[in-house]
This record gives sequence, structure tokens and C-alpha cells, in this order.
Amino acid sequence: MEHMGIEPDRLQFSWVSSAESTKFVKVVTEVTQAIKELGPNQNLVKTMPEVA
Amino acid sequence: MLSYIDKIKEISKRLLKEGQVDMVIGFRKGTLPMMNEPHFARSPEAVEHFVWDSNCGINLCNYLTSRTEKIGILAKGCDSRNIVTHIIENKIKRDQIVIIGVPCKGMIDRRKISAMFAGEIGEVIEDDNTITVKGKGFEKTIDKKDVLQQNCALCIHRNPVIHDEMVADAIEEQTDVDRYTDVREIEALSPQEKATYFEKLLEPCIRCYACRNACPLCYCPTCFTDESRPQWVGKGQDLTDVSTFHFLRAYHCAGRCTDCGACERSCPVGINMRVFTKKLEKDCLELFGWEAGLDPDVRPPLDTYKPGDPDDFIK
Repeated sequence: MEHMGIEPDRLQFSWVSSAESTKFVKVVTEVTQAIKELGPNQNLVKTMPEVA
Repeated sequence: MLSYIDKIKEISKRLLKEGQVDMVIGFRKGTLPMMNEPHFARSPEAVEHFVWDSNCGINLCNYLTSRTEKIGILAKGCDSRNIVTHIIENKIKRDQIVIIGVPCKGMIDRRKISAMFAGEIGEVIEDDNTITVKGKGFEKTIDKKDVLQQNCALCIHRNPVIHDEMVADAIEEQTDVDRYTDVREIEALSPQEKATYFEKLLEPCIRCYACRNACPLCYCPTCFTDESRPQWVGKGQDLTDVSTFHFLRAYHCAGRCTDCGACERSCPVGINMRVFTKKLEKDCLELFGWEAGLDPDVRPPLDTYKPGDPDDFIK
């Protein structure tokens, strides 16, 4: 995905067990933080054609 | 390489006469210079149409998918690796095919040659190391190694990896080539630069799917691009859809692509879509130490689990 021009932080993988609530919260906070810093995705966005 | 043809004909005739195979797949002269086309010889007489020169770049393995008859097939290094992949993926049985190995010194890139001349090329004559191009008002002899397809110039598996017959002795493999200079150049770009680079690369794409059709790996009965329920990817010229098609097609070739160059060769607008498959090939080599199609008895990396598989991307 990085090779296609998607920023490295935009796609993240994590392994969280259903018993690891604190890890889940931590991961979610970190991911949202990282994505907010990157701002909205600009690449590979499809715009609908304008119809009269 | 030109001297192979007698031996190719001899072997093919023998196989057909003895009934070992129902047909032999090879090449015959195309209607245009530098455009050889596949030829399916079903009788010893039809073998006479076979040719072998530096325009046999089409990957013949593409014609083996799910065939039921006994087939003799000419195989260059890359073709033979695709045949191995076909055997691994149960698309053809090993005992059904007779592989006639052809050591390959590289195929020429007709686009490079066409770009050198303003007029139409009428005739192309080659000998072992040079190509003579003739047209209206011009004639020029060029060095063959200057006009090789890029993947052939970087090839490290010129000899067939499996074969039943060989038309000539194995030739020396290239060892001093750096296969991934172009991939590394792209890797060094920033995400935005990469996006722009691919946007520019794919702009001329007309979605003709010639790359998919020429590829021996693309044998799905219904391709994801053709499906309409559900429609995975838009069918128009929208750049997002075009990129999605190319990215996905490349992903489907991960760990399977042998860099035979059939996709690039078939592209009517000359897009080098091999930059995608080559990146995956490089990753496979670096992460799993895997090169596709070398051994029919080893399962590919995406098919096997090993505790040591790299997982640094999982946090």
C-alpha cells in the first residue's frame, strides 16, 4: 500500500485480543492521532462525474 | 538463437509422429515485422511454419491453462517458470506436457526499434548479435543488446528450469545484473511523489486488458474487472479505477510473477506496468527468499505458513 502512494501511517495493523481492553484503547487513540496528523486522504479518491 | 530452429522442427516432428503429443505450441512469422505469433502445430507438416528469432517474446504458457490434450511446448526460461507455476496451481498436469527447452538470449523490444526510425519498418533481419532494420529510404544495423526488452536485459533465468527436451546446450546465466534499480528509485520517493508518478504512468491506459490477457497468471474464468455483481472496480477511465485495476492485477501476481514481460509487450500504449509486479517480486525475494516458478515441488510463500514469516507491520 505504501508503494502505491498511501502514507505509511494511514494503514495500520494490530493484533488485539478481546481481553486486552487497554491495548485496544491505546491502539485506537494512536491510530486516530496518526490519521488526524496526516489529514484527509488525497490519493485514490474517486469523484463522481458531474451530471447536468 | 537462430540456429535452434532446425532442432525445434526436428523434435516437434518426432513428438507428433510418435504420437507423444497432440500438438506443439511454438511461433510462426507474424504479419508485421517483429511480431511473431503463436502457432499450434497439430501435424508434422504444420511444424514447417515454426520460426525462432528474437521476436518470440509472447509467453506460450498462457495457452496451457486447463488444456486436456497432450501438448508439446517451446519454453524459454521465463515460460518454463510459468509452466512450473501452472503445475503448482493445478492448471496443467506435468505428465501431460512435453517441455522443449529453449535457452534464451533475450527478446528485442519492438518499441525501442520503432522509436529509432521515423518511417514504417518494412523488414527486420537478424543474426546472432545484430539486427538490421530496413524501411523506405533507410537501412541500419543495430546491436541486439541495445534493443533488448528491459526484463530480458535483466534476466537471471535464461535457461529453462524444467524441460524434457533441449534444443541446444544451456547458456551462461547473467550474474552481474542489478534487477531492481528502477524499483528502488520509486521506493525512495515520498508518498505524494509516488502517487503522482503512478498517475502519470497510468494516464494513457485505455483499459483494453491486453496485459491481463497476455499474462499466463491471469486465468480466472471471470476476472475481477469484468464482474458486475458485485462490481469490484469501476470500468471507466477514472484514474482511481484505472490505478485500482493495475494495483489489484499486480497483487494477484504476487509470488507468481516471473517477470516474463508479456504484459508490457502487449500494451498498445506502452505502459510499463512491470514496475508493480517487480516491486512484489522484490518483496517476495527479500521477505521470503522466494523466486517464482523454480521448483514444482515447493509451495509458494503465500500458500504456506512459517513461524518465522516477517510480521513487523503488526503493532
